[in-house]
Amino acid sequence: MIIPEETDMKSFNTHSAAKNITSTAMVSLTTRLMVSFFMILFAVLPAFAQQIAIKGELVHTSAGAPITNGVVLISDGIIEQVGSQSSLRIPSAYEVHEAAVVTPGFIDAHSVVGLAGIYNVDSDQDQLELSSALQPELRAFDAYNAREELIKVLRDRGITTVHTGHGPGAVISGQTMIVKTTGTTVGEALIDSTTALAMTIGSGVRSNFDSPGTRSKAIAMLRQQLISAQEYMDGDEDRSRDLGKEALAQLLNGEIFAVITAHRSYDIMTALRLQEEFGFKLLLDGAAEAYMVMDEIKEAGVPVTIHPTMMRLGGDGENASFETAGKLSDAGITVLFQSGYEGYVPKTRVVHFEAAIAVANGMDYNQAMNALTIDAARVLGIDNQTGSLERGKQADVVLFNGDPFEYTTTADRVIIGGQVVSEGE
Amino acid sequence: MNNYCSLYSPLLLVLFFTLALPVQSEAQDRPIVFTGADIISVTGDPISNGVLVIQDGKISAVGSASSVAIPRNAQTIDVAGQVIMPGLVDSHSHIGEGDGGDRSSALHPDVRIMDTINPTSDSFKRALSGGITTVNIMPGSGHLMSGQTVYVKTKEANTIEDMLVYSDEENNIYGGLKMANGTNSIRSGGSPFPGTRARSAALVRNVYIKAREYRSKVEAADGNPDEMPSRDLQMETLLEVLDGKRIVHNHTHRHDDILTAIRLADEFGYRLVLHHVSEGGEVANEIAESGYPASIIVLDSPGGKHEAVNIDYEVGRELEEAGADFAYHTDDPITDSRLFLRSGGFGIRAGMSRQKALEALTIANARMMDLDHRVGSLEEGKDADFIILNGDPFSVYTQVQQTWIDGRKEWDRSDPEDKKYGVGGEDVFSGSNNHVHDHSGGN
Repeated sequence: MIIPEETDMKSFNTHSAAKNITSTAMVSLTTRLMVSFFMILFAVLPAFAQQIAIKGELVHTSAGAPITNGVVLISDGIIEQVGSQSSLRIPSAYEVHEAAVVTPGFIDAHSVVGLAGIYNVDSDQDQLELSSALQPELRAFDAYNAREELIKVLRDRGITTVHTGHGPGAVISGQTMIVKTTGTTVGEALIDSTTALAMTIGSGVRSNFDSPGTRSKAIAMLRQQLISAQEYMDGDEDRSRDLGKEALAQLLNGEIFAVITAHRSYDIMTALRLQEEFGFKLLLDGAAEAYMVMDEIKEAGVPVTIHPTMMRLGGDGENASFETAGKLSDAGITVLFQSGYEGYVPKTRVVHFEAAIAVANGMDYNQAMNALTIDAARVLGIDNQTGSLERGKQADVVLFNGDPFEYTTTADRVIIGGQVVSEGE
Repeated sequence: MNNYCSLYSPLLLVLFFTLALPVQSEAQDRPIVFTGADIISVTGDPISNGVLVIQDGKISAVGSASSVAIPRNAQTIDVAGQVIMPGLVDSHSHIGEGDGGDRSSALHPDVRIMDTINPTSDSFKRALSGGITTVNIMPGSGHLMSGQTVYVKTKEANTIEDMLVYSDEENNIYGGLKMANGTNSIRSGGSPFPGTRARSAALVRNVYIKAREYRSKVEAADGNPDEMPSRDLQMETLLEVLDGKRIVHNHTHRHDDILTAIRLADEFGYRLVLHHVSEGGEVANEIAESGYPASIIVLDSPGGKHEAVNIDYEVGRELEEAGADFAYHTDDPITDSRLFLRSGGFGIRAGMSRQKALEALTIANARMMDLDHRVGSLEEGKDADFIILNGDPFSVYTQVQQTWIDGRKEWDRSDPEDKKYGVGGEDVFSGSNNHVHDHSGGN
C-alpha cells in the first residue's frame, strides 16, 4: 500500500498496466513524464536546498514529551536533529525561524479535498460518481486537482498531509490516496497512490441510487462483490482483467484498507461484521454513535477517523457528541481527525479546529496532538516519512504564534519537505 | 367554549400561582448579587472583582466591589474566578423549527415565522448552552421576501408569545422583514421567481412602489374608515418597513449584490441590515458610507457555493477598519449556536479589536433589532440577561457555565440534564435538526 517516492510511479503503472499496445504506450509516456519530472525536481532541489533551524518556545515532536525552548534542524528537506536549545548548537549557516509553538505538519486523516471543489457545482464535484453504487475501480489520482483553492486553505492553516479521494455516499465510491498539500500536479503531491476503498453503510446511500434501497440490500451487494473478487483472485492468470475486482483484490490482500463511513451504532457493527468475514484492514469513519459500541470497536482493534467534532447534527449523525473523540481515546481506541465531506458551506473543515473542540470537551491535549500527527501517520502507513519531528523524517513543520488549538492562533509558517510553502492565512 | 373557560380558569389560576410563585420569588422579590467575577459589561470598561445585582428580572446595579452597595436582603452568589458578560445576541438564526413563504410567490411580506415556531424545540436549549439569550429567527433566503422575522428570548416557554421581545410595543413590532438577493432567491423555473439579478431588483422595486401607493391611500383617508383601502397584509407590513418601524434583514453575499441592497434601501428609505456580506471586505468603504450595519458570519473555510468562495476571517476586521457597524451571527445550523463565541475569536484571529469582537456578539446585534435599550450589555435598568463563563470568552477551552434570562437561570452546565444540550449525544437532538437548508431555501 505504501510506496516510497521512486517506486510510487511503479505503483501508478501497476494499476494502469494494460496489456494492449496502446495502453502500454500511454503508460510508458506517463512513466517518462513522471520520471523526467522527478529528474527535474531532484536536479533543481539542491538549488532550493536550505539549512533551516526552527526555534520554538514549545516544540511538540509527537515523539516523546514536548520540548520547552526546543530547536529543529533541517537540512535538504530532512530533519537532522531535534532537541533543546541549550543542548543543540545551531550552525551559523542555518536560516533561523522562531515561533511560540512548533508542531509536525498536521495530517487530515480523511478528506475529499482536491476532488470536491470550492464552487460546489457539478463540474467541480468528483468525490461521488452516481452511475453505480459500487465502483472500486475509480482511482483518486485521476480526479485530483492539485491547484484547488481549498488545498491552499488547508496548507495555510498548517495541514501538510491529506488522505483524500472518493467520498461517502455510495456502497463503494472509489479509491483514496495520500497527498502533501503542495505541488501543482498530482504527481508532485502524491505520496501514496492507492490507500483505501471508500465505503458507506447507512441510510444516506439510498438517496443517491435506485439500488440499493435498503441497508440489507447494500450489504448483500457488497458481500457479493467481495466474494466475486475472492474468486477472481483464485482464477486463471489469463482471465480477462476487471479493474474493480483488481482493486477489491488489493483490499483482500491487505495492500489497501477499507474506510467505511458508518454513523449508527448498528451500522458500525455491520462494518465490524464485514471486516471479520473478509479479514480486510478497516478504518472506521464518522462513527457518530461509536460511544454506544466502544467495547466492540476496541475489541476489533479498529482505528476511528471520528466525524468532525462540529459536524452538523442530522440524519444518521444526529446523535453525535462533542465528547466522543475524548471518550474513544480514553478507552484506548486510536482516534484520528478528519475534515470529512461537506455538501454546503464551509466546503471543507480544518482538522485541528475539530481537535480543539474535542480537547475543550474532554480529550487529552497531547493525545489530540498525536492524533493529528504521529497516530494518523501510523494508521495511514506513512510514519516512516512524516508525522513527527524526528531525525531522518521529511521536514513537515508548522510554526504557530500560540497554542494551535486556540481560536486566535495562526500558523505563521508552514514547511513541507524543508520548503516554506506558506506564510500563513 | 365559555363553559370550558369558566370551569377551568380558576383551577388554572391557582396552578399558575403555585407553580410560578417560587420562581418569581427568586427572580423578583429578592435581589440576587453575583460577587467576585470579572465583569465584561461591553459598553463600559471591564471590571475585575465586580458585582452584578439583579432584581425583578432587571439589572439593578453593576460595578466594582467598592462602588456597588449590596442590598441587605439580597441572596449572594459567589462566582469568584468566573467571567460574567451579557447574554449573547444573535441577529440571524434558524433555530425553532419555523418556516416562511412557499413556492406561490417570490414575495411574502405577509408571512410571519412567529406563527410556526416550536417554543419547546430543543434547538433553543442548544442556543442557551452557547450563551445566546436573544435571537432574530429568520425564514430562509430562497425568496426575495420570505417573511417576517421574530425577535425572541431563548428562555423556556410554552408559547411563542412568552418569548417575544418587542422592539416597538406601541406598534406591535417584534421582528423584521427577511429579504434576499443573489443566487438563493433566483430560480430557474420562471415566474413567480426571478431568473436573474436584475429581475430580482425589479420585483422588489415594484412591490415597494405598490406599498407607497397604498400608503398614499391610507394618508388620503386621514383616519376616515370609509376612505381606507381594504386591508392587505402584505402592504401593511411593507408600510411598517417604509415607515422605519420594521427593519429589513437582507441576505446578500457578493460585492455587487451588497451594493444593490444598499441602492434599493436608499431609494425607498427603509432601514436595512446587510446579512452574511461574504465579500463585504471588497466594499467596506461603501458599506461604512451607507450607514447600514452588517451582520456577518465566520465560516471555517470558503466555498460551498459561488457566492461564498471569497469569504474569509478578515471581513469583520475590514469593516472595523472602514468604520462600518457590524456584528456576528450564527445562521444556525450553518454555524452552531453552541459555539457562537468562537466567531468573535476568529475575528480577533484576523486582527479585529477585542472590544469590537465583544460588541459583535452582543450590543451591535441588539442595535440591529432596535433592542439595545433592553439587551446586549450589562447596564442598570436593562434586562438581566447574562452568562457566566469559566474563562476568557475567546478561548476555545472556555465553556458557558450558566445562562440567565430576565433574572432567571435558564441553563446550568453543572446539571447533566442541561449539559447534554451543550455537547450532544444519544437522543439529545433526535429529530429536531432536520431543517438544514437546501440550496433553494438556503442561507
